[in-house]
Amino acid sequence: MKARITVTLKTGVLDPQGKAIEAALKSLGINGIEGVRQGKVFDLEVSTPDAASAQATLKAACEKLLANTVVENYAIEIA
Amino acid sequence: MHAAIVVFPGSNREADVARALRLSGAKVSMVWHAETVLPPGTDLAVLPGGFSYGDYLRCGAIAGRAAAMDAVRAHAARGGLVLGICNGFQILCESGLLPGALMRNVDRRFICHRQTLRVERADTRFTRSYTQGQVIDVCVAHGEGNYFADADTLARIEGEGRVAFRYCDEAGHITVAANRNGSLNSIAGIYSEKANVLGMMPHPENFVEGLIGGTDGRGLFESLAA
Repeated sequence: MKARITVTLKTGVLDPQGKAIEAALKSLGINGIEGVRQGKVFDLEVSTPDAASAQATLKAACEKLLANTVVENYAIEIA
Repeated sequence: MHAAIVVFPGSNREADVARALRLSGAKVSMVWHAETVLPPGTDLAVLPGGFSYGDYLRCGAIAGRAAAMDAVRAHAARGGLVLGICNGFQILCESGLLPGALMRNVDRRFICHRQTLRVERADTRFTRSYTQGQVIDVCVAHGEGNYFADADTLARIEGEGRVAFRYCDEAGHITVAANRNGSLNSIAGIYSEKANVLGMMPHPENFVEGLIGGTDGRGLFESLAA
């Protein structure tokens, strides 16, 4: 089955890249955007038999490598 | 003093830190990241600067989970000394040996310049050749050196006296201008709870010979080798 993991910066953690993108959008004349936070998306192929074990595997992947939980949150979606 | 320098794909400052250690009388061996043990008799494990794994995912994230890091973790748990410089500091934070994280510099620029630091403690194995409050002139070269920790962690680090170095001006004053990467509390380096693990963004190994422009980095290697 397919899964998508989204990793985002926690609230309160400074995101200089997001700020730069926000400024770039403004300079392109795209108005009405109040804030930008940059994150990462991982698309994964999971071979575990059921959604519950996939969830456990993906949680381990996030905790051990994909997210740095000091500064990042993660969300798991299983298709 | 036997130092083992752990080399990852993309490390590039291992030769410089080896030279600095040897100048201070240490014996040095190189350890490939896939090794599962450090050489017998290792006193100090060193994680050098560079761009391990091309900084993929996050700086130090993949190196922090390499096989050799289990050996480094075990060495630290036994009270062994560990020094991480620049990418090595990022690896120490990613591996959980030190708290906090190193984020993108606040102005988004890679910074590379001479930098004065204030030595916060002179009673550790890393800094006993310095004096407390001494201002040392070394170098920085990084894009992700902006030290971050949550408020509780930061309060604990400060309360336990675990800040090793802070960015300062030439007179030793902690100023916003001297803190170019935006680190919380101007933190340039921190210790583990027992002060046997030190992570720092600046490069003391750059300044160990007068010919190159400075010798203020020598004190760190002399402290270790003494």
